[in-house]
Amino acid sequence: MTLWWIGNAILLLVLLPVVVFLLNGVLKAARSIVPSVESIASSAAAGSKDLDAAALLVTTQQQVEQTVAGVANYGGSLDVILDDAS
Amino acid sequence: MSAGVVTIVAVVLIVLALVYYLVSTILALRKITKTLDVVIGHVGEIIQKSEPVNGIVQAINQQLDAGVELLEGMLVQKAGMTDAVGLVEGLYPGSAAAGFRSFPESTTITAPRIGEVYTQGTLTLARLGREAPIAVGNPAGPALRDVVRASLSARVLYPEVRQTRPEQMPRSPIIGTDSPVVYPPSEQRGGTTPGPAEVAEKGPWSEVAAEGIVPAEAGGSDAPRELLAEDPQLGSEALGETTGTEETRVDPGAGDRADATEQGGPEVPEGHEPDLKDAPHAPDSGFSKD
Repeated sequence: MTLWWIGNAILLLVLLPVVVFLLNGVLKAARSIVPSVESIASSAAAGSKDLDAAALLVTTQQQVEQTVAGVANYGGSLDVILDDAS
Repeated sequence: MSAGVVTIVAVVLIVLALVYYLVSTILALRKITKTLDVVIGHVGEIIQKSEPVNGIVQAINQQLDAGVELLEGMLVQKAGMTDAVGLVEGLYPGSAAAGFRSFPESTTITAPRIGEVYTQGTLTLARLGREAPIAVGNPAGPALRDVVRASLSARVLYPEVRQTRPEQMPRSPIIGTDSPVVYPPSEQRGGTTPGPAEVAEKGPWSEVAAEGIVPAEAGGSDAPRELLAEDPQLGSEALGETTGTEETRVDPGAGDRADATEQGGPEVPEGHEPDLKDAPHAPDSGFSKD
């Protein structure tokens, strides 16, 4: 009987606080992840929105190509009408 | 209270604690999972949208590089490497140190100071015709030359004082013995003293002209008198002789009777006659002196 009471005491005074402490730590860690993940989600959404202009790079490439072609034509004309330095 | 009841209560309490905390943890993890699903969706969009960026940017850079090489090459070809570096340095001070990308040797060139007006370029543009926009001194200012303005407006580009119509112009250089700068004869034998460019073009032999065909120390015409040949009256059989005096022997009042051959000329040594064989014969006017 005495040993039973000792077991009960250990169960209530040692095991229960340890279980509560450990589970509380796990819960706190899990809850602390939530705001971080939410901020990551908002950042990813903003980054994705910022990249909407990436599609315009195709237009930029076409315009650069046309500009360089114009410069080449202009340079070719200058090459014809201007004398070389030497 | 029996020990068994206490045991049951303790176990129930532990189970309740387990249930509470585990359920809370499960809820938090589910929330995290849902949020991560959103994140993964956005990251997928980012990957999808940024996928062609590399290729496009590389293509743009290649095309821009080709344009830069074209412009650099043409600038160097038309203006020459030195002037090209000077022109770029004039537009963007400090850029001469970086040089041209297509011409690594351009970094070793000392950039000449080219002002607002690049003479070669101005002349080239002027040669293209009246309609050519020669230059604009200031983007906010008037055009220096266009079809409705005078073609001489381009003159104001140059630091020349004549176009400002000053009251007095600098005097022309004085030529002669009283000139402010007198060069010894050995330094000038006709033409200009050859500079380094002319010497490089004509060869080392042309350098001798800078020291005279016959240097003074070797008995040239401007050598000290003691080095020259004995010719005290600066005369010779070819040159004749001077009178050796400033006195005017020819009678200025003699009119037509003045005779330099009898009254002038050097002192003829006794026993010699004046050498008149080279003297021109005066045309016979029909009148005798007497």
